[in-house]
Amino acid sequence: MLRVTGLTKSYRSAGEDVAVLRGVDLTVATGESVALSGESGSGKSTLLHLIAGLDAADSGEIALAGLLVSGLNDAGRAELRRDRLGLVFQQFNLIPSLTVADNLVFQSRIAGRHDAAWHDELIERLGLKNLLKRYPEQLSGGQQQRVAIGRALAPKPLLLLADEPTGNLDEDTADEVLHLARDLVVRTGCGFLMVTHSARLAATLDRQVTLHAGVVA
Amino acid sequence: MRRPLWILAVLLSHWRRHPMQLATLLIGLISATALWSGVQALNQQARFAYDRAAATFGGARTAVLVGKDSATFPQQLFVDLRRAGWPVSPMLEGRVQIDGRSFRLLGVEPVTLPSEVGNAPAVGRGSLQSFVTPPGEVLVAPETLRDLGLKDGDRPQANGLTLPPLRVQAELAPGALIVDIGIAQDILKLPGQLSRLLVGKSKAPHATLESVAGDKLRLVEPSAESDLERLTDSFHLNLTAFGLLSFFVGLFIVNSAIGLAFEQRLPMLRTLRACGVSARMLNTVLVIELVSLALVAGLIGLVCGYFIAAALLPDVAASLRGLYGAQIPGQLSLKPVWWFAGIAISILGALAAAAASLAKAIRMPVLATAQPQAWQQAQRRWLMLQSVAALAVFAVAAALVQFGDSLIAGFAVLAALMLGAALILPMILQIALALGQRSARAPVGIWFWADSRQQLSGLSLALMALLLALAVNVGVGTMVESFSRTFLVWLDGRLAADVYISAASDQQAKEIKAWLRDRPEVQAILPGGRADTQLGGTPIEVLGLPDHATYRDNWPLLESTANAWIRLRPGDAGLISEQLSRRMKLAIGDHIEVPAPGGSWPLEIVGIYADYGNPKGQIAVNFAALTRHFPQTPLTRIGLRVAPDHIAPLITALQEKFGLDDRNVADQATMKRESKRVFNRTFSVTAALNAFTLGVAGIALLTSLLTLANSRLPQLAPLWAIGLTRRRLAALELLKTMAVALITALFALPLGLLVAWCLLAIVNVKAFGWRLPFHVFPLQLIELLAVAMAAALCAAALPVARLARMQPATLIRTFANER
Repeated sequence: MLRVTGLTKSYRSAGEDVAVLRGVDLTVATGESVALSGESGSGKSTLLHLIAGLDAADSGEIALAGLLVSGLNDAGRAELRRDRLGLVFQQFNLIPSLTVADNLVFQSRIAGRHDAAWHDELIERLGLKNLLKRYPEQLSGGQQQRVAIGRALAPKPLLLLADEPTGNLDEDTADEVLHLARDLVVRTGCGFLMVTHSARLAATLDRQVTLHAGVVA
Repeated sequence: MRRPLWILAVLLSHWRRHPMQLATLLIGLISATALWSGVQALNQQARFAYDRAAATFGGARTAVLVGKDSATFPQQLFVDLRRAGWPVSPMLEGRVQIDGRSFRLLGVEPVTLPSEVGNAPAVGRGSLQSFVTPPGEVLVAPETLRDLGLKDGDRPQANGLTLPPLRVQAELAPGALIVDIGIAQDILKLPGQLSRLLVGKSKAPHATLESVAGDKLRLVEPSAESDLERLTDSFHLNLTAFGLLSFFVGLFIVNSAIGLAFEQRLPMLRTLRACGVSARMLNTVLVIELVSLALVAGLIGLVCGYFIAAALLPDVAASLRGLYGAQIPGQLSLKPVWWFAGIAISILGALAAAAASLAKAIRMPVLATAQPQAWQQAQRRWLMLQSVAALAVFAVAAALVQFGDSLIAGFAVLAALMLGAALILPMILQIALALGQRSARAPVGIWFWADSRQQLSGLSLALMALLLALAVNVGVGTMVESFSRTFLVWLDGRLAADVYISAASDQQAKEIKAWLRDRPEVQAILPGGRADTQLGGTPIEVLGLPDHATYRDNWPLLESTANAWIRLRPGDAGLISEQLSRRMKLAIGDHIEVPAPGGSWPLEIVGIYADYGNPKGQIAVNFAALTRHFPQTPLTRIGLRVAPDHIAPLITALQEKFGLDDRNVADQATMKRESKRVFNRTFSVTAALNAFTLGVAGIALLTSLLTLANSRLPQLAPLWAIGLTRRRLAALELLKTMAVALITALFALPLGLLVAWCLLAIVNVKAFGWRLPFHVFPLQLIELLAVAMAAALCAAALPVARLARMQPATLIRTFANER
């Protein structure tokens, strides 16, 4: 479903070009969950951002279900994120002025794919029933991340991308959140690509890919 | 369609969670719209009145033929021109006294009045028969009837004759009496004479003017503006400048509120983009959100503007009457264009204030880049750019002072000064705070100065608003005080007689004078008179002064030849007012030809005098000479020299003997009191707008501090964590605000004095034709400094009180919530 070929990306820092990705090849099949790990600065987050269309690659190709991501303009990339992807970040990135209920429906509403039954199931499975009227600042880190996962999966994306989703959580909460995410991914049948530092969490997914110095080790 | 609505709902949810920020934004927009549209309403109302006046008089908007050398000319010229195919209509103009009050009498011939002269059809439609056949009618505005205390159909006395019945006509300008031309010739005792011929727009061929009238008449082409519009341009420009200043100060508030909201919403905007909202869609919805808010604020602002205008209208009307003799109705009537323009200005203002934030949103990368710690470097670069721009603007101001020679140039100097000062203010503050930091030794002291510098970028717009408001207050306050001081000295000289009498008619004036001659307490009887004529196509007054020591000793001459008063006696010399001298570039020793009924009157200029508050140019001549050249001059004005103890009994005796009331006879003290009252009222609008501007600047500072307060927590929480109490932190925050406000206020003082100098030496000279001496009033400056500090204290009080009472949990959350 996801095919990344020969991807390169460099940044300019202090007047010098720093190559972050030097030709990355990667695939994720439908229903497969993959952990992307590597040391700091190895390019994990950059790779995830390029796949999500949040940034543009210097060269190489990203194809998602036959759609060439690297060939899309800004509006096309926005449509890709809206209709085909779900994104979860380490910082949760919930909309602080919306209640949990509004945050949960937000992406499915703007994607025009709101499914009330699936929405109720998400609330049930994520244990958010009693938190719907609260604002993000009134939630714990684990609760916020559960809302973020719910928001990302509400429109039933083809691929869920998660960038260190448990980085801000304690070990027990991290296990609980990841467990929920994996269950829901299985339930929707979408692909799952997660960036993580934790070898323990990485081991719980179907496959592990390690990046080292900008290439797959 | 539902997608943009969802995004709009998300954006709007921010305001629900931050109502104070929304209030700030709305207050800014409402104040900006209200003050701007209020001033525009006043201008519109005044222009509406000028249109009425122009329409009534067929004034500058209609081509006219006037006498070449004399104020009037024979009626036969009208007959000859009509026969030659000229579409002309006769008019006779003069002044009449009713109950001791002067009114403008206009004689018209309704049948030939050109259709484009505003009220001609109304006169024709009303009742042509009763207007032209004896006893005729006097058409008056409702306001005039009210002023006279008479009712429709009454027949008052004027110039010793009984006038035809009064008839109200709503379209007429106040202060004018319209009669048939034959009746006007009788009342003004000018049989067979005309003042001008209105020229219609007929395209029919006709003989040349010279072939019919020889060199007796001169054609004055119509101009786009009426006389009143031209005269009052400066006043309206002044009002507009105030409105614009308040508008910009209001926009400063909007800018700071939107800027902060944008900064706070950055993570939300990034999340929206990450969730698949395209940049174009996001920006479109941001603009829709802003326009919707501006629409709501604009409507509220317009309503407030209406009330501001209604409250200020009486004072504006008094100013226009006092300065230019313009009559403005006391009720506000606004055209739809005012409402549309108000909404448009609110939306455009909001978009302009949000331009920088919207541009940032357009360029915003989806991924948050690492915040560079080099904020100081970036700020320094920006400050340098601003300072260079300020110096360039100051150079433009200097060039305008050197080479500019118009009222617009004068206002441009003021605008450039203000803009330059606002641009350079952050650099001045930066330097002052850096010097403070260098002199600090204690760690908290160093942090105090360094943090103040870091805070500057968030506060600089509000401080600029404070600077501008204070400078305008100092400038206008100094100008008004300088004017007031000069005016009082001038008034002492000008109102030198002890008692002033305005008789109902020449006959009554004669009887009064005869009675006064037998009163031993009357030391001198000083007859006076005034005639209207024109010089170089501009209306002027000729004032007759008796040859008496009262005038020689007191009259406020600015410059004169030796023995100027003695040279007035033969009637071939005159004194001219300062504004006439400036307007027509006349100096002592120059010769002028004054059109008079008997022909041209040559005069040598032997002196120039101050004549504040008079829109018309004026020539003062010997009274006897005036009555020789203008035999129809009403002789109803009389001044008296009376020993102080006898003033009150004499006035009582005059009132009893001749049935005069307080309007007809007054002592010097009463006249001065009345003049001072009119003077003060003239500037009450300025004072009100000054106060509004300062108030809005205070709100700008308050809103900036309030909106900054939350974003300041990450800077303050670490200090609290290492042991500074909340109370001490609050005190330090208060001190910081007061310190930057004090530096700003101290900078505003010299800037304000410069503004005052511009107003006195450039703007007043161009606008009114008089130059006033420049005085500095230290007490006034100290008072304004105190007001500025009080405004800063009030503005800082709320955020500081909040900080002092802040729960530790809120400060702790700062560490947990860093995103």
